[in-house]
Amino acid sequence: MRLSNRNSMRGSAAPAALLAILIVIMVVATVYVFVANPFPSRPPATITSVGQLVDHQYFLTLCVTGVVFILSQLGLAYAIWRFRDRGQTAHFTRGSNTLEMIWTTATIVLFLGLGLMGRKAWAEVRFTPAEANAVQVEVTTNQFVFNFRYPGPDGKFGKLDPAQVSASTGNPLGLDSKDPDGKDDIVMPTLTVPVNRQVELLIRSQDVIHNFYVRELRLQQDAVPGMVIPIHFTANQIGHYEIVCTQLCGLGHYRMRSFLDVVSDADYQNFLKQQAAPQ
Amino acid sequence: MSSHAHTGHAVVVEPSGFIRKYIFSIDHKVIGIQYFLLALTAVCVGIVLSLLMRFHLVYPGAHLPFVSGGIMTPEQYLALVTMHGTIMVFFVLTTAPQGGFGNYFLPIQIGAPDMAFPRLNMLSFWVTFLAFVAIIAAFIVPGGAPISGWTGYTPLSGMGEVTGPGEGMGQTLWIVSISLFCLASLLGALNFIATTIDLRAPGMTLFRMPLTVWGWFVTAILGLLAFGVLLAGGVLLLLDRSAGTSFFLPAGMVVNDQLQPHSGGSPLLWQHLFWFFGHPEVYIAILPGMGVASHVLSTFARKPVYGYRAMAMAICAIGFLGFMVWGHHMFLSGMSPYSGFAFSVLTMSIGVPSAIKTFNWIGTLWGGKIQFKSPMLFALGFVSLFVSGGLSGLFLAQPAVDNMLHASYYVVAHFHLVMGVAAIFGIFAATYFWFPKMFGRMMSEPLAQIHFWFTFVGTYCIFMPMHFVGLAGGIRRYADATGTTYAAALQPVHVFMTYAAFVTGAAQLIFLFNFFWSLKHGAVAGKNPWNATTLEWITDSPPPIDNFGGHYPSVYRGPYEFSVPGYRQDFIPQNLTPDQAALLK
Repeated sequence: MRLSNRNSMRGSAAPAALLAILIVIMVVATVYVFVANPFPSRPPATITSVGQLVDHQYFLTLCVTGVVFILSQLGLAYAIWRFRDRGQTAHFTRGSNTLEMIWTTATIVLFLGLGLMGRKAWAEVRFTPAEANAVQVEVTTNQFVFNFRYPGPDGKFGKLDPAQVSASTGNPLGLDSKDPDGKDDIVMPTLTVPVNRQVELLIRSQDVIHNFYVRELRLQQDAVPGMVIPIHFTANQIGHYEIVCTQLCGLGHYRMRSFLDVVSDADYQNFLKQQAAPQ
Repeated sequence: MSSHAHTGHAVVVEPSGFIRKYIFSIDHKVIGIQYFLLALTAVCVGIVLSLLMRFHLVYPGAHLPFVSGGIMTPEQYLALVTMHGTIMVFFVLTTAPQGGFGNYFLPIQIGAPDMAFPRLNMLSFWVTFLAFVAIIAAFIVPGGAPISGWTGYTPLSGMGEVTGPGEGMGQTLWIVSISLFCLASLLGALNFIATTIDLRAPGMTLFRMPLTVWGWFVTAILGLLAFGVLLAGGVLLLLDRSAGTSFFLPAGMVVNDQLQPHSGGSPLLWQHLFWFFGHPEVYIAILPGMGVASHVLSTFARKPVYGYRAMAMAICAIGFLGFMVWGHHMFLSGMSPYSGFAFSVLTMSIGVPSAIKTFNWIGTLWGGKIQFKSPMLFALGFVSLFVSGGLSGLFLAQPAVDNMLHASYYVVAHFHLVMGVAAIFGIFAATYFWFPKMFGRMMSEPLAQIHFWFTFVGTYCIFMPMHFVGLAGGIRRYADATGTTYAAALQPVHVFMTYAAFVTGAAQLIFLFNFFWSLKHGAVAGKNPWNATTLEWITDSPPPIDNFGGHYPSVYRGPYEFSVPGYRQDFIPQNLTPDQAALLK
């Protein structure tokens, strides 16, 4: 049996080189994917101006973290290679208070600055209520469907009564049969909105927590039972966009989806007319 | 026979009989190994679950003989998701670094004969073991394992089977298991804190403690303050499910056209309780690994830890700030958006001490004399992986950007890189580093190196591409990744990640083999095979029952005196008196 109190090992070039090279390859590959997009690696173009604020903030963060990422990883790789054991004596130091102050201050300024710069993209949607003349649509989620309710020509949402919910007989939202305001409400499985007009979504859930997310809007919101949560957006491009549920809601979570159709104002008025309940 | 030796320590008596020695032992070293073996079992289960998940994502229709029904259903996939997360976070990442290595080495590194409360320590382990039995039992009860994720959001988890399969007995067992785990961890935390405060050797001031001890100490404080909240939440959830209460359940819920009888509760309350625990929990998972990384980097670069005081204070800062950021899991939950912004600023702040640690790790290497033994390889890998995983946190910390990334695979990539890889690398570094001390034998270095290269490359291959899947809109916890019209284009990336996962998983068999083979056949280890400075390396490998054979050390210097100018030997152990150290000049 051999004892294993070995002296420091010389000839550590192979692991040092391999580790340094692997780190460099990892950095290069990562940067390459960000830059060249060789496989789908980015969200689709946004269709709101707030979405552009989000993208701008994302891009700013990417630049800052990208620089930190590249410098730290390459710095690590360099140190691994340059200071491998070649028989030298290590340079004794306990550190440098000056350096600590410098990089702490720089990091605070950078990270907090970044966080504060993202305020506008968040505030414009979340701190600011929808305009008074926004198109209002109520979004109701349950296992595992989206239902969208428009107030109809009278502009008023009818009362809902949970006891009257009956998806099987055509009343999935539980419209109160006794409330006349609800008679003209339009209930649809997909969401149709006019382009270039602010839309306010009133997000609610009947059972567990769900979520409403459209990538192109750069906007998502959990739907929480017991709450009605308003969000708003103004889509500036006509098109057909996917709505997905992102909050784990049960076994059908993966197939809970719908579509957002952004249409011209004329098409939107036609849509409302066509869907209007027979009077 | 006096019950106290001249140094004031109680005489530790060697137990007799197999049961007292190895099963119901009050020796922190045995308990540490028990926790480690529990974590080893748990990680094998957890890895198998994740491989099944990855396999299902690329071959959803495949015939699986061991699955009831032959083809994996969505609810079975979600059960895998839930159990994988729960088992890994609790029974691996909270158990091995703290319960395993912390238990074994905290007393020895501070020069103590055992933990402050040895019997409490034994109780903590066995309650944790019971918790593990409970969570495994969830697989085999009617309805199967729960499907609400490791986060167990209500009302999905709060109403029983009406919300989905597995939500009956399986979810109840989940709550029972977690609650037992909280109890055990609270007791353990008490022990660690009392031990660190009270039992340090003469001369070991706080700023002469190894950074590993700082890591375990602050982790224990986090545990003491956080686990109680989860325990409370678990009790309330159990009451909602079985006693007709409505802590988390509002009025007017309709499930499958059936009006539910609850009223007055808030689903957000569960999220607050869970995440108030949950965020400190992830720092509990990483801080011991950070301590180990600093310790191993210094030892194998033959240089003091760069900025030791800053590192110790950064550990404290991370711990403190860790309690103030839980809302970043809830930006889109319906919580006040103003709170969201506050949480965002605090979360960006916690990036600061983490960045400081990274700079100091590189500073520790700079000008060093780096030896690429297996503990060091994993410590170096830890630094790279922590940088990669930590930086993606800066995106998620901003609520506006979170609009785009929440619940996507970007989040999964982030937390796997920091927890599922970096923290695991901390565990591997600790294992390779301390195996000689624990078992008196060296692990095979060639096998260890092969294990490292496969794991380092493999984990990067699994989790780096995952960021891009998330950016492109891939949503997490989807049993079928191809459901959305745009997600089909991401399948090739999923295939790549799955192949990488299987190769990396297989590579862990090398570690398992090395571990168990070396217990019997490894080269005999001396007291200090790594020429390290801290107190565990002055005693035998493995240590005697009372850790130091009656000769308790005093401490005369800091823990990282490497390559001190003027000395022939490139390390000065903490316990050498100035006269003894002078002999090394």
